[in-house]
Amino acid sequence: MTSQDLCLKEGRVSLKELFTQFLMIGAVSFGGGIIAYERILLIEKKQWLTADEFMGYLAISQTMPGLNSVNLAVLAGDHLRGFWGSVAATLGLIIPGSLFVLIIGVAYTNNNDHPLANLILTGIAAGACGLLAAITYRIGDQHWKHFKSLIIIACTFALMSIAKLSLPLVLLIMAPISIYLYRPNSKI
Amino acid sequence: MNLLIQLALSFGLLSILAVGGGTAVLPEMQTLLAHQFDIGHTQFVHIYSIGQVAPGPNMLMVLIIGFQVAGLLGALVVLLAFFIPSSVLCFYAGRLWNYFGENPWRRSIQNALEPISIGLMASGVYAVAKASIISPITLLLALVTLFLILRTKINPVYIILASGLIGFIYLRFF
Repeated sequence: MTSQDLCLKEGRVSLKELFTQFLMIGAVSFGGGIIAYERILLIEKKQWLTADEFMGYLAISQTMPGLNSVNLAVLAGDHLRGFWGSVAATLGLIIPGSLFVLIIGVAYTNNNDHPLANLILTGIAAGACGLLAAITYRIGDQHWKHFKSLIIIACTFALMSIAKLSLPLVLLIMAPISIYLYRPNSKI
Repeated sequence: MNLLIQLALSFGLLSILAVGGGTAVLPEMQTLLAHQFDIGHTQFVHIYSIGQVAPGPNMLMVLIIGFQVAGLLGALVVLLAFFIPSSVLCFYAGRLWNYFGENPWRRSIQNALEPISIGLMASGVYAVAKASIISPITLLLALVTLFLILRTKINPVYIILASGLIGFIYLRFF
């Protein structure tokens, strides 16, 4: 893409537009699946990114630390409007949910030991645990079927949950081993 | 003031450790909160659950933790500390993308990090399960939720709210 094309592309999207579109995703994405909403917005609804650009940014979002949906907003915002585009998209995405959790959080903090609230939260916590297990299973996708991946998943889990090492230590041990196993042209 | 700095440092560290999304740092967050801010497992799981019914990114519940530890200012500090470091890293990674886009090592590193982040997520499930599955009914609710989410297209929020309602009715009246 030439710099002229880039200018044309940048000229098309206003910061306000970026902010409002991501604000809408932030407000309606009850129950997760934000990546899916972002995909619809960026590729289908507004055609701000090509499918290939989207996949590239998604890969970075998943590889880098941070929440995938937020990282994707950072990258798409930067792609469309540079630094302030990132800020606008990210703020839009997190503002509605932040207000939501704050309002409920204040109520929770003030009624910490309310017996009825605790009974509801007990069931909700059990459901949330099932949801987390389902998401982990889905994100794992093909990895559950590959021996090499399974070994790394099991070792990471064991170091973290059974040996109870701290996260930086787990990453320091597992990342070099895993990168070695997945090095380019590895035969395994 | 001391508490705010402690919050900023803790969540800033969690932010850059959160490879593979927020759920990867759940076990670490739980340990850290118990040690530094006296937030127990049950309380943590309750706060986590509130986050699951909220719209937007699923880790916004960190704001509630900030609020509990140090009020509104605490929530703001946690928000900035948890989202800025990782977002800045990602921003520059995106700009580097053009240089390394087709390098075979990039693909290798991504392939290598994926199973690690899945392992960390599994640890997150384990951590949440230990605190939330405390009786036969909670086990049943978790399993039914897991099944429904994997096998149907029902919005997870409805399933979780229903789980809360059923748990409430069961625990209150039986």
